[in-house]
Amino acid sequence: MRRQVPLLLCFVAGVFTAVQYFIPHPVVQDFQERFLAWLMTLLAFAFLLGTVSLIRLHWHKIRNKADDRGYSFVTLVGLLVMIGFGFFHPGHHSPGSPFSTLFQNVQVPIEATMFSLLAFYVASAAFRAFRARTLEATLLLVAATIVMLGRVPLGELIHEQIPIATRWILEVPNMASKRGIMIGVGLGMMATALKIVLGIERAWMGGRD
Amino acid sequence: MFADGERAIPAMHKRWAEWASLIALAALLLCPATLPAQDAPGDAPADTMLATRAVAPPFNLTSVDTPNDRGSSITLSWEPSPDEEAGAVISYEIYRSADPDTGFSYAGRVPPGIASYRDSGLDNGVEYYHRVAAAATDTLLFFSPTVGPTIAFPQWFNINRVNVMIGVIIFVTAIVYFVTSAKAGKELFIRRLAGLDELDNAVGRATEMGKPILYITGLSGISDVATIAAINILGEVAKKTAEYNTRLIVPCADPIVMAVEQEVVREAYAEVGRPEAYNEDDVFYLTRSQFAYVAGVNGIMVRQRPATILYMGMFYAESLVLAETGASVGSIQIAGTDAVTQLPFFITSCDYTLIGEELYAASAYLSREPVLLGGLKGQDTIKFIVGVLLIIGFIVATLAATGVIATDFMAPLYVTG
Repeated sequence: MRRQVPLLLCFVAGVFTAVQYFIPHPVVQDFQERFLAWLMTLLAFAFLLGTVSLIRLHWHKIRNKADDRGYSFVTLVGLLVMIGFGFFHPGHHSPGSPFSTLFQNVQVPIEATMFSLLAFYVASAAFRAFRARTLEATLLLVAATIVMLGRVPLGELIHEQIPIATRWILEVPNMASKRGIMIGVGLGMMATALKIVLGIERAWMGGRD
Repeated sequence: MFADGERAIPAMHKRWAEWASLIALAALLLCPATLPAQDAPGDAPADTMLATRAVAPPFNLTSVDTPNDRGSSITLSWEPSPDEEAGAVISYEIYRSADPDTGFSYAGRVPPGIASYRDSGLDNGVEYYHRVAAAATDTLLFFSPTVGPTIAFPQWFNINRVNVMIGVIIFVTAIVYFVTSAKAGKELFIRRLAGLDELDNAVGRATEMGKPILYITGLSGISDVATIAAINILGEVAKKTAEYNTRLIVPCADPIVMAVEQEVVREAYAEVGRPEAYNEDDVFYLTRSQFAYVAGVNGIMVRQRPATILYMGMFYAESLVLAETGASVGSIQIAGTDAVTQLPFFITSCDYTLIGEELYAASAYLSREPVLLGGLKGQDTIKFIVGVLLIIGFIVATLAATGVIATDFMAPLYVTG
């Protein structure tokens, strides 16, 4: 029963979601919309699970005096401060409230900083990867050089054909390989989803029959 | 000019309406001074003079229930007014009523050049009549004959999606056939996937070094197939780590994914007889925020210095930040994602990469279960069929574009409504 009920639910929901694509009648479409609304509601409740897990993990680290308990302390303080401001401050999360101020002036700049690290990581990855050790690596090096130059004004200054070559590389071989991968991914997704709906693939439930 | 299924209208009323329209049209043509709501012409420019003349109404108006929809809509189409090309028509105004003679209310308008209109928000099962007017000005309208009655009703099947349904049926048939063949004991070949072959070595390396394995299932939720594929692989990896008594750390970006992964890892440890080795705190929720998750995982990498890092699932812009940090701490990295835009970053930064559908094949590859291998074979068969259709479609489209053949008869195969 412990495994049959989830399999049955998965089958019914999967088949219904597939079939509703072909049936425009409002009886089916309205049910589908209500079904999705319930899903959103359940997902919202699932955040409670995550919050409890977060608090428990970091509290254990602090209590057991783990080496990196300082980060756990910061995490819990941040969580409690934001919850406190968000729920109990009269302004809640309206613009200008402490919650909004902390979010806009702390969270957003920190995330932007992490994102900006990407530029440096691209440079370090390029330095490591663009070495002409094999034929494929040499092709990668040449193509990457042309595309990088073609994307900046310097490329056109060097030679007027560089931006044209860049566009050709991106629109022809690159696009062809992307589309080939996407066709495979699309079919793979369908097959995996079908196996899950039909109960052939059960690893997501854990354990074996 | 009436749609099928109309009810009978007294012939005398019909004739009266037609004569009245003709008389009104003649009066307007012969007596321009009687036109309403116009300023004194005086020295009015030529285009204003043109606008005050009568224009011919649209003709051949038809109304049908909009096909393949959820109802409440009627589609109108007509032949444009002959005066449209001369610029005399500023718009077409649509009117509707439940009565053929009276009670017409404004329904919408379309600019010249468009000869159809979808009237929505109607009641299903109710008879509607429509007429369309060519507007010479905002107030000067020349109506077509009334058409109707037409009833809007919902359809139970979208005919435009028949090609998709046929494709799905073929797909399901192939999968079921090969799964059945595999269950019957037929041997199925699957090519080597280097990244998955290295999993054993990667786990062994972590065991020898006494370092943990870090498993990252991406930022997507449980509804993403890539995440489910990653969870399938996690089960196999967890069994190996349980056997070798190696610590497995799984930071999660989604609470539901965390709950599923905790269950999968716990069951894997129990399956190999090591339930006491499972530590629930090693499969934990980190954060939903993209770069906060990256910061958290990077911190784990730098502090814990895992020997092996596995990236399986859906990734976005954070993929390179993660992979480069993992490379900087000296970990062996195996990645698998169906995110086409992130594959180049993983290929350059990781030791092994599963590209696209190889991620979905991993569960079958690792478990070698005949049923899963059969599903994989069915998927490859369909891919072959799709490839053949693409080549044929490309040839036909090229021949059609160059005029060698009249039409691209393969086009309906690819178009869906």
